[in-house]
Amino acid sequence: MASLSREEVVHVARLARLQLTDEQIDTFTPQLAAILDHAADVEALDLADVPPTSHPYPLKNVWRPDVARDAGIRDAVLAAAPSTEAGMFRVPPVLGEAP
Amino acid sequence: MTAREIAASVRAGERSARSVVDEHLAAIDARESELHAFNLVTRDEALAAADALDAKVAAGEDPGALAGVPIALKDNLCTTGIPTTCSSKILEGWKPPYDATVVRKLTAAGAVCLGKTNLDEFAMGSSTENSAFGPSKNPHDTTKVPGGSSGGSAVAVAAGFAPLALGSDTGGSIRQPAALCGVVGVKPTYGRVSRYGLVAFASSLDQIGPFAATVADAALLYEAIAGHDPADSTSIPEAVPSVLDHLDDGIDGLRVGVVKELLDIEGIAPDVAARAKAAAEALEAAGAKVEEVSVPAVIYGLSAYYLIAPAEASSNLARYDGVRYGLRIDASTTGEMYDRTRTAGFGAEVERRIMLGTYALSAGYYDAYYGKAQKVRTLIIRDFDAAYERFDVLLSPTSPTTAFTLGAKADPLAMYLNDVCTIPSNLAGHPAMSVPFGVGDDGLPVGIQVMADALDEATMFQVAAALEGAMA
Repeated sequence: MASLSREEVVHVARLARLQLTDEQIDTFTPQLAAILDHAADVEALDLADVPPTSHPYPLKNVWRPDVARDAGIRDAVLAAAPSTEAGMFRVPPVLGEAP
Repeated sequence: MTAREIAASVRAGERSARSVVDEHLAAIDARESELHAFNLVTRDEALAAADALDAKVAAGEDPGALAGVPIALKDNLCTTGIPTTCSSKILEGWKPPYDATVVRKLTAAGAVCLGKTNLDEFAMGSSTENSAFGPSKNPHDTTKVPGGSSGGSAVAVAAGFAPLALGSDTGGSIRQPAALCGVVGVKPTYGRVSRYGLVAFASSLDQIGPFAATVADAALLYEAIAGHDPADSTSIPEAVPSVLDHLDDGIDGLRVGVVKELLDIEGIAPDVAARAKAAAEALEAAGAKVEEVSVPAVIYGLSAYYLIAPAEASSNLARYDGVRYGLRIDASTTGEMYDRTRTAGFGAEVERRIMLGTYALSAGYYDAYYGKAQKVRTLIIRDFDAAYERFDVLLSPTSPTTAFTLGAKADPLAMYLNDVCTIPSNLAGHPAMSVPFGVGDDGLPVGIQVMADALDEATMFQVAAALEGAMA
């Protein structure tokens, strides 16, 4: 794979919901490109017939009885939130500006 | 005193937990301002816990296997009502409403938490320099890094602030700082210790494990935290064989493989390689059969890791959006609030890893990067499996060099190369530990890594004990 362009870094920052300054983008672009270039050493391997590993331990799905249980921490969770209303997390308008 | 000695004397009523805690708090007062091991020292809570233990002993109740033993907890382990920051501004001031399973187990066993230790932000780093609250310093030379990411926990044990500490290890974050600070550090088999209440970095790699000054103390702590936990669906539903019972069995006839690639790979300092060879000779003298072994795919571990771990991190850290906890920077829309909060809350290394992971998972690049890295992971596991058919444990340096100077590795890739020897065991999910084995040319500690097959912590600890014995 080829190196990373400045435009790609701007695009990825938007996907990751980060507002980077021009200076940060200038710093990150060569740094991220160097890491990706280093990772290109795996091109030397023949991986065509190798299955991927997503997890080190071959666990199957884990089942438990579907029983509701009260963790007893609802109030503590809400108390730690930046803003709440009527037992819910309160956020600014999701669609458009506040009226 | 070792943790075992403290627990024995407190249980026998020969020493009060209060006096043990007082002594360790005094050690912290003497050097903490210079070393910055802790983000928070929970003095009042520790003294209250010690008094409660002493009352139990006075009432004739069993205070637990770790009675009165002070312990330091990495600040990415949730503690009820006590700030858990991950050394990030985005969680500053957040108090978890529940305890991590390991914290619950340690409290039940009578251990006394002294505080929360410094780390690289969200455990991303190898020096603690990425902490939003400033770096920790190596107690052997305060111009040097302690390693990371669990640097504060390593410092706490090395400086005598606590005989035991917990860290987390995603690519070497327990073993590397243990090596650089001259203490024992253990990454158990993936799933052997519950991750419930550990703030997630890379979920298929993260594992909690012990720091201690001695192999036996590390074994004591390992036994206290290991075991299945229904709250962690990736925890292994099997009984945990004792490691303490076999610690002194010796290593006569055990087969030890010295991993050729991890001695030859670029960046391994000659003095560190020399210590690894000396360790191999010491094990041979103690009765082991020692041979060199090739595990070819490990040289690709770094490349696979620095795609897989950031990919998982980019997903795990999506939760820090200002909605439910921690920092919020207000804005007129929720989307703008997300962007401002994350940008203000995350440090540069965390941003870099999120960017890297987001890129590796993005449309058009998934197969080329993340998909390929997962296949390399398979190759590493296959090569390890072949090696463990012929050997009981594998040996290598823990870190390519001794502790380096603060600020010396400003280039991210140069920092990542620190993890070259420790990453393969995380990718395979295998247990591995670092044992102090002398010093390098600069007089700073060198750690030797003992790796074992999945679930074989007992043999790994036996070999570690033999290495420790050879240095005694």
